[in-house]
Amino acid sequence: MKKRWYDYLWILSLSYLILGFFNILFAWLGLFCFFTPLIISVVKGTKGYCNRYCGRGQLFGLLGGRFGLSRKQDIPGWMKSKAFRYGFLIFFFVMFFQMLWNTYLVFAEAAELKQVVTLLWTFRVPWQWAYHGELFHPGVAQFAFGFYSVMLTSTILGLFTMILFKPRSWCVYCPMGTMTQLICKVKNKERLL
Amino acid sequence: MAKATRIPRKAQVMESLCVACGCCVKVCPMKAVSIYKGIKAVVDQKLCVGCGKCAKECPASVIEIREARP
Repeated sequence: MKKRWYDYLWILSLSYLILGFFNILFAWLGLFCFFTPLIISVVKGTKGYCNRYCGRGQLFGLLGGRFGLSRKQDIPGWMKSKAFRYGFLIFFFVMFFQMLWNTYLVFAEAAELKQVVTLLWTFRVPWQWAYHGELFHPGVAQFAFGFYSVMLTSTILGLFTMILFKPRSWCVYCPMGTMTQLICKVKNKERLL
Repeated sequence: MAKATRIPRKAQVMESLCVACGCCVKVCPMKAVSIYKGIKAVVDQKLCVGCGKCAKECPASVIEIREARP
């Protein structure tokens, strides 16, 4: 099959993860992976982002497929159930708003900037080496740390299920994928449950 | 002697569990699969040759190669 330019977007996804180790402010670029799928689903009513442009999916496909890092087993039934997918989306939302709240507190100068990346919503990993200072308000950096935590956490989860199940098993419960599919269903008046 | 009839095997999607990720579209050598309005994968039964690549790729394992009675 002929490769198109968008078949190489995994390079961007990989670079994004690496850049976060050097300067946390690059984490803001991740908003592209947030707004592009939403805009495509709202405007066009398709999952064009998942289907074509998702660099993270491509990265998992490459590591699990070409590099053989996946057992290629079936994902358990409960993980593809609507209950789990919608539940995970809600959980992700709650955690995301908590992260926004923490950012707000720093902007409002009610809390100090915490130079940590929180993995799997639990483990606070010191990350001060990627913060170089005073150019922006500390709140800008707080959002970057929070957003990078979300991105790294989901990558770790995705890698974990990539190894256990099929390469792109992250796509089954990816909150963005679930959300864009819901938007498409609403737009096209399809049943949600 | 009765003519032996062979029922062709083709890809069938369990639509209610499909996440519409599009992995199946990428691997299909016949361009027989498409994502319908971001909701589910749809297999063009006329184009499908039942090779099973999509079933193998599907991260949710919701595609089966089954005998397709017209």
